[in-house]
Amino acid sequence: MTFDRLVFLRLLVGLALFAAAALSCAYLDNYQLQVFTTLAMFCVLCWGWNIVGGYMGYPSLATIAFFGVGAYADGIAQVQGLPIGAAWLCAAAAGAILAVLLGTALLRLKGHYFAIGTIATVEVCREISNNWSELTGGAIGLNIPIQAGDPDFVGRFFFLAMLGLALIAFLATVLVDCSRFGFGLRCIRENERAASMVGVDVFKYKVGAFVLSGALSAAAGGIYASMVAFIEPKDAFNLIMTIEIPVMVMLGGMGTVFGPLVGGVFYVVLKEFVWAYFINWHSGILGVIIVAVIYFLPQGAFGTSWSALFAKARSRARATP
Amino acid sequence: MALGQYLVNGLLQGGLYACLAVGFSLVWGVLNVVNMLHGSLVVLGAYFTLYGVQQMGLPLYLVVPAVCVALFLFGYAIQRSLLNRVMAQPILITLTLTFGLDLIVNNLILHVFSATPRSLVTDFGALEFLGIRIPVVRIGGMLVAGLLTLLLYWLLRHSRIGRAIIAVRMDRHAAALMGIRIPQIYALTFGIGAFMAAAAGCAVALIYPVTPMMSGVFLGKAFVICVLGGLGSVPGAIVGGVVLGLVEGIGTLVLGPQWATSMGFLLMMGVIVLFPAGLAGRKGYE
Repeated sequence: MTFDRLVFLRLLVGLALFAAAALSCAYLDNYQLQVFTTLAMFCVLCWGWNIVGGYMGYPSLATIAFFGVGAYADGIAQVQGLPIGAAWLCAAAAGAILAVLLGTALLRLKGHYFAIGTIATVEVCREISNNWSELTGGAIGLNIPIQAGDPDFVGRFFFLAMLGLALIAFLATVLVDCSRFGFGLRCIRENERAASMVGVDVFKYKVGAFVLSGALSAAAGGIYASMVAFIEPKDAFNLIMTIEIPVMVMLGGMGTVFGPLVGGVFYVVLKEFVWAYFINWHSGILGVIIVAVIYFLPQGAFGTSWSALFAKARSRARATP
Repeated sequence: MALGQYLVNGLLQGGLYACLAVGFSLVWGVLNVVNMLHGSLVVLGAYFTLYGVQQMGLPLYLVVPAVCVALFLFGYAIQRSLLNRVMAQPILITLTLTFGLDLIVNNLILHVFSATPRSLVTDFGALEFLGIRIPVVRIGGMLVAGLLTLLLYWLLRHSRIGRAIIAVRMDRHAAALMGIRIPQIYALTFGIGAFMAAAAGCAVALIYPVTPMMSGVFLGKAFVICVLGGLGSVPGAIVGGVVLGLVEGIGTLVLGPQWATSMGFLLMMGVIVLFPAGLAGRKGYE
């Protein structure tokens, strides 16, 4: 573990941002709180994905499978009468268990097969939750006890809960970024065979990353389920969301600490805007955004070397007087 | 005779599935691109067929080739203008790019044709054989789909372009050294993929009511068949299509219709983990 100035700086900036967000909840109205909670949720999902997709370089599309399983675990636990905090722990545990099982089976695959296998996981999870009516309520959905308290309190409660989870995800990412574990993951991304040759226990590292990512995503699902108090299969296992998450991280920069935060915030705000003004065209506009990101910012905001880009633009401007 | 009926249904469905998946499989195998746009291309083919027959009043045998050629050109243009620029990038990039294009195309379909299910009312009667009932239109749909798939197989084996496509699939660097223009072959292959998707769409329009929301279902089927049959192989797509059709038919009989889709996906996950080269796949094709 190298605990140098860069790590310290990152922690300082991150914690300042989180503190500002936590304090801001005193001044926000309920709509703004809702948007901020969604923001925090997507940041958790992005940070979770970034560990597998960014640092380890495996194109996982299973984020929403974990998210949905977490949502259902939380819902079922709460319906059984567990207190809300215990239900969230259940959600995280369910995600971790699923990640161990899935990881053992799927992480041996590479490239497209891994991507397709993870997409198939989302589909299978949705079909199972659709058909196993005794447990999940089937296609009708599952009603979860609504958190007691007046709307102002409940909104702030869930916002702070999601923000706390985002803080955990952020700290986990900082830790991964500067630790031996993260170094091993980067080695796997660059060349898996070479990584195993120099003594990285490739399988253990890969499953470890998957479990960390799965538990974070599932916990986010759990808090989300408690917040909306009603989940149904097509909501919990949404195929579009599972591809949106990598796009957000790509926007910010894969395999960076602040990339997922920047990408997630930018994308969610943009999406909120598109939903508000172009409801009929929202999926088309999202498609255009995705295509534009791939052509113009493939390395993300943090991966692009802006100074080089400006230098190029300047030299071009000079060449054409 | 219920089992026989389900088997026949499964086989007929399998022919359609083979046609549905063969273009997807070819694109995946040759271009190394998971084409998330494929489902929407199928739906687009189906809507164009409906439009040609219902709005313009043209006969079916004129509409089907026209739709297929139109989508071939569309696919060729997309590959030429958009996808060829990112072919060297990692999988995630091409996959998300085609997904973005899929969102755009699907939104356009939704806007132009609306979400109301539409169907082509065709009643050509049905055949009865040993108590098994087979609607003629489904035989027709399967024949068209099956014949086109076989035609593609022949094209790949015996024509110059087909051999070039196979060469690119085997080793694109060596193929480039042999004087094959790789971007051209990529664009042609994507066009052929779109052509086959359109053909499947025509068959779908004959058999089912069409909605824009079907594209995800078709894409899912294409995934499963492609993994079952192995990438980029036409016989593999036929085998995979028929296997999936039969598994769904029998699964419907044994477990009930609501489990049919999950059976397909579970089968696929089993195969993906156990035989990463597909059931009929060979080494070097993965």
